[in-house]
Amino acid sequence: MLENIDQLIIFHLGPLPINATIFYTWIVMLVLVSISLWLTYHLKTHGEISKTQIIMEMIVMSIQKQIKDVANDNPVKYLPIIGTFFLFIAMSNLLSIIPWFRVPTASLTTTTAFACCVFFAIPYYGIKNAGLKGYLKKFIEPTPIMLPMNIVSDFSSTFSLAFRLYGNMLSGVVISSVLITLAPFIVPLPMQMLGLLTGTIQAYIFALLAIVYVSAVAPKESSQSTDTKGV
Amino acid sequence: MDAITLIGAMSIIAAALCIAIGGIGPALGEANVAANALRSMAQQPDESSNITRTLFVSMAMIESTAIYAFVITILILYANPFWNYVIEHASK
Repeated sequence: MLENIDQLIIFHLGPLPINATIFYTWIVMLVLVSISLWLTYHLKTHGEISKTQIIMEMIVMSIQKQIKDVANDNPVKYLPIIGTFFLFIAMSNLLSIIPWFRVPTASLTTTTAFACCVFFAIPYYGIKNAGLKGYLKKFIEPTPIMLPMNIVSDFSSTFSLAFRLYGNMLSGVVISSVLITLAPFIVPLPMQMLGLLTGTIQAYIFALLAIVYVSAVAPKESSQSTDTKGV
Repeated sequence: MDAITLIGAMSIIAAALCIAIGGIGPALGEANVAANALRSMAQQPDESSNITRTLFVSMAMIESTAIYAFVITILILYANPFWNYVIEHASK
């Protein structure tokens, strides 16, 4: 009933087996890239602006506003990584209503890859924001006794990011497959609608937690205002 | 009772207990969070965007406990290492 999509081989690319996770990740990437290429082809700065450009600007602006509210910092710095996380996870979760589409985020390998990106982005943005010394100072705050705890918390936050997304998406898959075996018509529909809602919320939460972790070491000017945002 | 029956029965009982007990705490906690967030939003509607964001983050944090229980349940049901071990040895 519940098969691991990592072990589902779709086709072989030379000697390399391509499993369902990689294949459906490529599909999501293809959809996102082709939509963005198609829509950004006619961008204008003056004259009559098309509706699609306004929609795109709204998406980018709202992501920027969320980043600015949480990080208290210049949002353009974090926009590439956070916006990509949100759009990719939201797109792959929303595509789950298409029959036979296996959600790539319901596999632990995909979510672990995302979490690893966040794990390496934390020191990158920390050093960029506050310098090497300022970043390392994070580990001995509030006292040097907390050093092991701070190191462990970096790893555990990565694990929890990966497992949260994986567990939420997997639970949607499990619930709908159980309901399909019990009552194939109509009954799984409300759960799939709930799956769309939780998918969007999970994408939002992943991006939000990524901002919180990544902007934990703030530049010195605004350090007092970000203290309250630590979660 | 041989080992296969024992491990099979115990796995099912353990999975059920795991998700049942693991679900109680986060459910109560999330209910508490939602109730308090609604109360503060009713008191201060201007701050509702801030409260909603914090609500989502804390919901996600609380929910991860239930998610861990769920992952363990799925492991016990579909990728049980003891079950695989016993099946491997019984077939020899």
